[in-house]
Amino acid sequence: MAEPILEVKDLVKHYPLHQGILFKKQVGAVKAVDGISFELHKGETLGIVGESGCGKSTLAKVLMNLERATSGQVLYKGEDISRLSGAALKAVRRNIQMVFQDPYTSLNPRMTVGDIIGEPFEIHPEVAPKGDRRKAVQDLLDVVGLNPEYINRYPHQFSGGQRQRIGIARGLALKPEVIICDEPVSALDVSVQAQVINLLEQLQKDFELSYMFIAHDLSIVRHISDRVGVMYLGRMVEIGSDEEIYEHATHPYTQALLSAVPVPDPTGREGRERIILSGDIPSPANPPSGCRFRTRCWKAEERCSTELPLLAVPEIGEGPAKHASACHFAAVREPLAAAS
Amino acid sequence: MNSGNSDDDAGAILIDSRASGGGAPGDDLLDVRGLQVEFRTRDGVAKAVNGVNYSVAAGETLAVLGESGSGKSVTAQAIMGILDSPPGYVTGGEIVFKGRDLLKLGNEERRKIRGEQMAMIFQDALSALNPVHSVGMQLGEMYRVHRGVSRKEAKAKAVELMDRVRIPAAKERVNDYPHQFSGGMRQRIMIAMALALEPDLIIADEPTTALDVTVQAQVMDLLAELQAEYNMGLILITHDLGVVADVADKIAVMYAGRIVETAPVHELYKNPAHPYSRGLLDSIPRLDQKGQELYAIKGLPPNLLRIPPGCAFNPRCPRAQDICRREEPELFEVTGDDGAPLPGRGSACFFWKETLHDV
Repeated sequence: MAEPILEVKDLVKHYPLHQGILFKKQVGAVKAVDGISFELHKGETLGIVGESGCGKSTLAKVLMNLERATSGQVLYKGEDISRLSGAALKAVRRNIQMVFQDPYTSLNPRMTVGDIIGEPFEIHPEVAPKGDRRKAVQDLLDVVGLNPEYINRYPHQFSGGQRQRIGIARGLALKPEVIICDEPVSALDVSVQAQVINLLEQLQKDFELSYMFIAHDLSIVRHISDRVGVMYLGRMVEIGSDEEIYEHATHPYTQALLSAVPVPDPTGREGRERIILSGDIPSPANPPSGCRFRTRCWKAEERCSTELPLLAVPEIGEGPAKHASACHFAAVREPLAAAS
Repeated sequence: MNSGNSDDDAGAILIDSRASGGGAPGDDLLDVRGLQVEFRTRDGVAKAVNGVNYSVAAGETLAVLGESGSGKSVTAQAIMGILDSPPGYVTGGEIVFKGRDLLKLGNEERRKIRGEQMAMIFQDALSALNPVHSVGMQLGEMYRVHRGVSRKEAKAKAVELMDRVRIPAAKERVNDYPHQFSGGMRQRIMIAMALALEPDLIIADEPTTALDVTVQAQVMDLLAELQAEYNMGLILITHDLGVVADVADKIAVMYAGRIVETAPVHELYKNPAHPYSRGLLDSIPRLDQKGQELYAIKGLPPNLLRIPPGCAFNPRCPRAQDICRREEPELFEVTGDDGAPLPGRGSACFFWKETLHDV
C-alpha cells in the first residue's frame, strides 16, 4: 500500500486533575487517549467506533492539534505535526479539516452561510483570492448539493441535513487531503442520514479524500469504511479491515459491541445470541490495571490484571482472523448464532 | 367507531383498530381514535397530529416509528395528558383507556390515572429527573403522593424498586443525586419510577437513544423482562429500526402527524406496504451494498405549518401520481393475494398494492 498520509504513534492525551485552590497540585489525570497507534492511507476511510467516553473525540481533537498531545507523535506525510505552532501549524491545518457532529451548534447563527463557508479563505487567502471568494463559496454549495443562491441565508433557515452539508462545504473549502468526521450523521433523521453518507462517499471519490470517520452506528461505519478501529477507554483494542472486524472479531469487547447492536430484521430474533455486558465503562481517571476491559470481560483471568495486552496480530491460524487485536486470549467467537 | 368527526378522517378508518390487537376484540388496554393535536404558534397553526389511530393490549408492545416532527412524541404526550397547553391543543378524537375516554375526564381524574395506571419513560433521564432531590426521594414521592405512606416507608420502597431494576448497592445509593449516576443507571431509575405503582401501560419515548449500544442492550432487556412480568402494555416510541425489530409485536409508522402504515413486526420488515416505510428500510446499509450508493429518500420531512396537500409524503415519493397530490389517502386495509385482509395491516397509500409487490 502507498505511503500513509497520517501516521499516529503512541499518542497520549491526559487531562490533569488538580486539587486545592491556592497550592494546586496534580492528583491524577483523566487518561482520555492512552497510547494509540494507527495509519491512515490516501483515499482510505478509517472508521473509529467505541462507546461514549472511550476517547474517540479526544483523538480527533489531538489529530487536529486543537488539543496538545501529552506525548506521542502525529506524522503528516512523515512530519511530526503534534509539536508545531504558529505559521507551520497553520500551513498543515489547511490539509486536515474536520466535520463536527452537531450541525446546530457548530455553525455560528449570526453569520450567513457565505461567511461561514468563506471564513477559511480569510485565514488562508492563498486558496481563493478576495475577488473569487463568492464564486468559490457558490461552487462549494453546489458541490454539497445546496442551491448556490442560498449564500446569504442564515443557518436557522436550513434543516439539520442541510446544515450538515454546510459544515461539509466548510470542511472542503481549503481543499484538504484528510477530513476527520466526528459523528457526522448521528444528529440527523434516518431518512436524511443516507443522503449525507452518499455525499461523503461521492466527495471522497471526486477529491481523493482520506476520511477518519468516527461514529457509534456500527452499520454505517461498516458501509463507509475500508478499515475499522475499535476503541475502549482510551486504547485501540482491535483494528482491521471491515470484514476482519465485523465477521472475525477476536477481541471480546468488539464481539460484545457487535452482538449488542440491534439488527433491523425481526426474523429469528428469539434465537439471537447476545452478549450482555455487565456494568458501565470504568472512569478514565482511574482505569483498571492491565487490560482495561477486564472488569467487564467474561474471559478475564489473573494475567489480564497484571499484563497490559498490546495491539498485535495474534498467532492464530491464517485468514481474516489474523489481524491486530489487544487481547491475551484473542480468538474468533464460536458462531453459535449462525448455526441456529 | 367514531361518529361525527371532521370530514378529514370521516370513514377513513377502514381498519377497526381492535382487530389489529393481539388478543380478542375489545380487550385493548388503550385505543386511540382519530386523535388530532395542533400547536397554535405565532407563525400559524402546526398540525402535529392529524387523525392517529392505534391500540395496545395488555402484554403487547407497539412500536411507533417516525422521524423528528412526525408527531410520535406529541401523540404520547396527549395520551399521558402532559401536552404543553398552550400552545398545544387536542382538537379531536378519543383516547379510550380501559373503556373510558380520557379526553372527557377532568384534570384531577387524569392526574390519578397518571403514574397509577399509565406511566412514561423519557429519553433524557438527566433532564427528566430533578437535580436537587436524591433519587430515593423522587422514587419515594410516587408512594407518598399516590399511596400516602410515610417518608420512611417510601424510602424502603425506593430501595426495593432500585433493586428490582438492578441498580447495584441500592441501599447505599438511595440518597445519591441523579448526577452521581451513569446514563444507563439514570435510565434504570426512570424505569423504576415508571414501574413504581405497577401501571397497566408504559409509554417509553426513545428510552435508549441517549445510551451506548452495550448499555442500550441492558436497558431494553430489563424493560422487556419487566413488561412480561407485569403483563403491561408498552408503547415504544423510536426512530431506530433495529430496536423496533428486536422488541415490537406490531408497528405504527408515522409521517407528518399521520399513521402511514400499521403492521405486525415481521410483515412490515418483510414486505412494507407504504413507500415511506419501504424507503426507511431500504436506506439501512446492507452488507451486499458496500461501496455502492445507499438508497436515500429524497428531500426533507415537511414543515408542519405547511403540510403538502394530498398525501403528505408525495413530494418525496418515487411512486407519486396526480391523485397523491390531490387527495389525502385514508388508511386502506391491506389484503393478501387471495383478497383476504391481512390482520392488523393498513397502509395510507393509494398504491399500497403495487408497493407491496415491489421487490
